[in-house]
Amino acid sequence: MELNAKVPSGPIEQKWDRHRFELKLVNPANKRRYSIIVVGTGLAGASAAASLAELGYQVRCFCYQDSPRRAHSIAAQGGINAAKNYRNDGDSIYRLFYDTVKGGDYRSREANVYRLAQISVNIIDQCVAQGVPFAREYSGLLDTRSFGGAQVSRTFYCRGQTGQQLLLGAYQALERQIAIGAVTMFPRTEMLDLVVVDGQARGIVTRNLVTGRVESHAADAVVLATGGYGNAYYLSTNAKGCNVTAIWRAYKRGAGFANPCYTQIHPTCIPVSGEYQSKLTLMSESLRNDGRIWVPKQPGDSRPPEQIPEEERDYYLERMYPSYGNLVPRDVGSRAAKRVCDEGRGVGPGGLGVYLDFRDAIQRLGVNVIEERYGNLFEMYERITGENPYQTPMRIYPAIHYTMGGLWVDYNLMSTIPGLYVIGEANFSDHGANRLGASALMQGLADGYFILPYTIGDYLAGTKLPKVDTTHAAFKQVETEVNERTNRLLGIKGKRSVDSFHRELGKILWDYCGMSRTATGLKQALDMIPSLREEFWHNVLVPGHNEELNQALEKAGRVADFMEFAELMCRDALERNESCGAHFREEYQTPEGEPLRDDLNYCHAAVWESTGMDKLPILHKELLTFEYVSLTQRSYK
Amino acid sequence: MNLTLYVWRQKSPAEKGDFVRYEARDINPDMSFLEMLDVVNEMLLARGEEPIAFDHDCREGICGMCGFMINGIAHGPQRGTTVCQLHMRHFKDGDTLYLEPWRAKAFPVIRDLVVDRSAFDRIIQAGGFISVSTGGAPEANSIPIPKEDQELAMDAAECIGCGACVAACPNASAMLFTAAKISHLGLLPQGQPERYQRVLTMVQRMEREGFGSCTNIGECEAACPKRISLEFIARMNRDYLKASILKAKAGRLAVKRREG
Repeated sequence: MELNAKVPSGPIEQKWDRHRFELKLVNPANKRRYSIIVVGTGLAGASAAASLAELGYQVRCFCYQDSPRRAHSIAAQGGINAAKNYRNDGDSIYRLFYDTVKGGDYRSREANVYRLAQISVNIIDQCVAQGVPFAREYSGLLDTRSFGGAQVSRTFYCRGQTGQQLLLGAYQALERQIAIGAVTMFPRTEMLDLVVVDGQARGIVTRNLVTGRVESHAADAVVLATGGYGNAYYLSTNAKGCNVTAIWRAYKRGAGFANPCYTQIHPTCIPVSGEYQSKLTLMSESLRNDGRIWVPKQPGDSRPPEQIPEEERDYYLERMYPSYGNLVPRDVGSRAAKRVCDEGRGVGPGGLGVYLDFRDAIQRLGVNVIEERYGNLFEMYERITGENPYQTPMRIYPAIHYTMGGLWVDYNLMSTIPGLYVIGEANFSDHGANRLGASALMQGLADGYFILPYTIGDYLAGTKLPKVDTTHAAFKQVETEVNERTNRLLGIKGKRSVDSFHRELGKILWDYCGMSRTATGLKQALDMIPSLREEFWHNVLVPGHNEELNQALEKAGRVADFMEFAELMCRDALERNESCGAHFREEYQTPEGEPLRDDLNYCHAAVWESTGMDKLPILHKELLTFEYVSLTQRSYK
Repeated sequence: MNLTLYVWRQKSPAEKGDFVRYEARDINPDMSFLEMLDVVNEMLLARGEEPIAFDHDCREGICGMCGFMINGIAHGPQRGTTVCQLHMRHFKDGDTLYLEPWRAKAFPVIRDLVVDRSAFDRIIQAGGFISVSTGGAPEANSIPIPKEDQELAMDAAECIGCGACVAACPNASAMLFTAAKISHLGLLPQGQPERYQRVLTMVQRMEREGFGSCTNIGECEAACPKRISLEFIARMNRDYLKASILKAKAGRLAVKRREG
């Protein structure tokens, strides 16, 4: 496997402009001869599908939900970063670039991050033109707020529903293309495998989730915008349907998988309340602008929060990180919460929680201002917990939220399989070992609106693409494999439900490959996962048939892939003998408990190549060089 | 707590459906309604029966995928809440609950509590967008928008497209859904050039999909998990009237021009 990042030469400020000029173009009249498949309709997928169709390509777009508008980008709450410097507070493209590289703990590719920061300003323009109702000031100009890991105010937002509004903007652009026939949309359709012909990605095999029909789709290029794999942990902030299947199938067909162990734990989620819990709900990071995080100073203090006097509270983030305070990056905030809970100072049932308190902000700004800023989040909190956060502090605890790892891509967002592009959370490129808040929306839209439409044209114009349709033997072969797998799942007729296996897998990952990891624990997990997988394939119960809406069958296919993928995640975490960003190995920490990087041996992206089932994957490395941002111990003190 | 459920079971669009009685035992009041159904489904699996099919995804009230009737009320008894965010503490031990899919000609049942809402996507295709392609957008702050207009547009834009408004309406009208999108775009300066064309094509599409008419009952607003206001329907009607007059006028002008 060759890892050529294809980063253009020249100064970082000029790389993207120069590269755009050097990319080959497809003649407008020829564009309609090329067909492109886009899988997933979140911010990355919907924006890419719409933009490619506007250029004139024939686009087919797939999602498992009943409408493209439901993809999980919709749940992003807080906002989207852009280096507009409207506040005159010292922001710039370079500062956004710098903050993102530093926030990612120096494990991302500099050139990609710089391009992301450059494009951020165009995204806001594009979204405003589409009618996205961003928050405004009384002047009528755009408002911004602060987010973790930044000392400037550069986050644009739509109340607590920024992801929803940005996705609806992209969805509406997509529906406009569907209406004129430029995009053919396949909702309730799940990609189950990738088809590679003569080394090029030439199509996919899908299952219609209503009729069960397995179908092949051929194209000149395939774009995966299928999101992250946080649901491997069972409990996460992801939607229930989010899964690793598309990128895992691509990995098994030859695409390199980079840094699977980089999984982000979000510090502010509603704590688990019981065994039946099916998912975790995030409380936007933006709450940390006005909320103060604390725990009692005394372990085991069980008084209600209102009765704990000021001097017996420990505002631990403000104490430990005075310059960033409650706005430290996510990985730092999560670990600090775990630490105080491990000390026995956690609050709420089981001691797994910390307070996020708005008392002072309400006194300072009044209830109305707080309600205007966070009303819907407060309401959501009350609905779930039955407690009123205007009166009593919220209880929060870290939860799996986002995955920085994903399929390896070059500067053009192409994977190691020619013709297979990967965008948004599904790729690994921009966030290093830790993503900053409000950067996921930025990356998804940058990839879909402004990068892929240029780079994919270069591939199509410069590549020989022999005519291939779905009668080709490769499609028949993959269809057969997909059908065999489905029949196998339906034929086991064991005793345990898919959910019970998924829960067990999730618990192994959370315990051994979660917020902090050790070599011993990871080795244990690597023993446990294969035996759980073995049991799954002998004892899972999937009722019903293929030729119908069968939600248990859908889940079973996804969990089967998580069972394989989980092993790669642990292997990657075990191989990375350092702590960086969200990957915290207990063996590697500073005396103050901060992550200790090993730049000499681990300043690389770890890219795994599949060698087939039951064989060990091969590790390749893309060395990361930092010409502009110097590698230092990250400090938010 | 223990509950008795009567759940609509229907194997496929073509087959006849019926209510089937299930007992939900040892339900924790902190569970969400869908988590309660997860427990019932695990029980059905253990008994060798097929689980109840229901749509859901984000389980945090924003994707709009979930939704069914609980005792005749769309998304159940708590106002401003989707079923995924409805918690069992709002029910009592011993309650009997009837669960049915959305009932509307334009939303055919696919299976059990799952319906086909693709008609909503087709209404958006008929004009629920601003025709701007990627690239070439003006600098964002070059279009100041009064805060009150933006706030009102956002109130309309919060619609999650779940279909509760249609299910709650005795006429199965999609006026609230359609009006929300028309108002969101029509309240913003960027939406002005296509404002009157948009209302005509979207309303026409809505009628063609087989949704009923609005008779100002207001059930839609009461059922809406995002509390979208009925006032947007008034706004849409006003735009529709104006657009119809403008269109008629444009037609007469065109005839005059042709006839010299």
